[in-house]
Amino acid sequence: MTVSTATATTSDPIAPKAVRGSPVGPRSFAAEPGRVVRGIILGIVGVVFLVPIVAMIEFSLRVGQPVDGRQAYGFQHFVAVFDPVNSRAYGVLFQGIVNSIGICAITVLIVLVLLLPTMIFVELKFPGLRRALEFVCIIPITIPSIVLVVGFVPVYSVVAGIFGSHPWTLSFAVGIIVLPYAYRPIAANLRAIEVVVLSEASRSLGAGWTSVLTRVILPNLRRGILSSVFITIAVVLGEYTIASFLSQNTFQTALILVQHTDPYVAVIFALFALIFAFVLLVFIGRLGSGSPRPRRGGPRRLTRRPE
Amino acid sequence: MMSAAAIAPATTTSGAGVSTPRRRSVAWLGLLPFAGYVLLFLAVPAVLAVGSGFFTRAGAFTLANLAAFADPNIQKAFLASIGISALTAVAGAVIGAVVCFALLGTRSDGFLRTAVDSASSVLAQFGGVMLAFAFIATIGQQGLITKWLISSGLADNVFLNFNNQGPLLYQISGLNIVYLYFQVPLMVLTFMPAMEGLKSTWAEASATLGGTRLTYWTRIGMPILAPAFFGSLILLFANSFSSYATAAALLSQGGIIPLAIKQQSSSETVVGVANVSGVLALGMVVVMIVLMTAYAALQRRASRWQR
Repeated sequence: MTVSTATATTSDPIAPKAVRGSPVGPRSFAAEPGRVVRGIILGIVGVVFLVPIVAMIEFSLRVGQPVDGRQAYGFQHFVAVFDPVNSRAYGVLFQGIVNSIGICAITVLIVLVLLLPTMIFVELKFPGLRRALEFVCIIPITIPSIVLVVGFVPVYSVVAGIFGSHPWTLSFAVGIIVLPYAYRPIAANLRAIEVVVLSEASRSLGAGWTSVLTRVILPNLRRGILSSVFITIAVVLGEYTIASFLSQNTFQTALILVQHTDPYVAVIFALFALIFAFVLLVFIGRLGSGSPRPRRGGPRRLTRRPE
Repeated sequence: MMSAAAIAPATTTSGAGVSTPRRRSVAWLGLLPFAGYVLLFLAVPAVLAVGSGFFTRAGAFTLANLAAFADPNIQKAFLASIGISALTAVAGAVIGAVVCFALLGTRSDGFLRTAVDSASSVLAQFGGVMLAFAFIATIGQQGLITKWLISSGLADNVFLNFNNQGPLLYQISGLNIVYLYFQVPLMVLTFMPAMEGLKSTWAEASATLGGTRLTYWTRIGMPILAPAFFGSLILLFANSFSSYATAAALLSQGGIIPLAIKQQSSSETVVGVANVSGVLALGMVVVMIVLMTAYAALQRRASRWQR
């Protein structure tokens, strides 16, 4: 339930820079903590939060039971993952990963084909509906997925009748869960550019609606779109509730299955997924943190001044 | 953060709407795909989930199912859910706020902040099955910390046997530790913007009037941050209240409401009432609506100082 990392970083551009380095002397009155206090707080919290990660790595490297209180370590479990001998044992896990990737792709498609055009459309033609759209997109945060899933069960007995009971059909349900996360980065981006002015300007220069969309609006929304695609992928890969209620095999449900027979492999894949999510989200952070260096061409510097 | 959209100016858009009054009758067709999707996969499941509690299995309207709330097991599960959510929300909010305080005065594009931001957004997403594995490897029976405590002479430590009911991790109390792992990062993400809203001029004003750092925080900083703090606290509460996957991976015998919903939907007869999962879903939604209303109100107050 991350509430938008992208909007959090768009801080007020006209806020006065803090009087850094001004000759005030020892700033004991200042609101901010001293170096030592900051170091102690962040050090303790940082170490505590590192422990489970370190424990996972340690766990995945264990070889056999400890002898005389000494634990042997090695990369055996990592090698075993890719050993063809085990392909039957881990088959369900790899199938789950394949299914999850498929669900990812279709969910991203739902975001790009259903959500994004609607958001642009509302911005251009129905600005009055903006609040309503936001409200709809936020609802899935208010209704826990465990509640929604109770309603998905009967809906999916109909869906299975139409499309068959394939894992990819989960995308429809997951697309709803993803809405709040996908909505925010695009909305923040839309707010930062003058969509109406941009489209009117290009229209008056003779552009058709297609080129307005593909050459003016979408390039300006690149950042928001990328962020919301990445966060969608992160959410889909971590989704467990819906898959488990609708008894489909995805990455997360397969992890639970495999964990009973081979906890090491489960931990190894959880580690991989964590690293993957970290890379994705660091990338989003880079996109969001804005480094507004002027780009060649591109009208992206046309940002709205706060009134 | 919800109110961020509320202050988005809606002034520039009037031109586009007025210029095409005739085409608007056709234009709303563009909203249909998304509206249809949301109707089928959000509105219908939500209504089915909450509404199913009011019907007998034969389909007749009834209020008799609400008797499920009188079941002592259900009441215990609700209390346990609320207890865990309250404890992890308060602890997570306090620890998270302290981390935010430690980050005050660091450059928002510096290495430290980028690292903490990215780590927080990953860990706040890091719910579910993988989080459970991380803690199995940390404080489970074979966990790093558990084994370390044993090897340093604490054979009967709290992680190995809590309340004489086996490892702490597989009990409801153990969830508190696990949930904090995503609660604290979520607090950092949601509370940091408010913390950054504190103007350095306020600290300087307080200092010129003879205030110490203590008086600044107790008389200015904390009162200003209070609405944002409690708003984030409610968000944290809602977050752990609706969390399902982590508990599902750790607790086999249930004990909190999301798990009770799962049990009831797989075997309908435990309480002797039809559609109990619908009734429980209704209970969760009521709690969430109360929380979100309070959140929106607090957020409106908090945004006063964040301009």
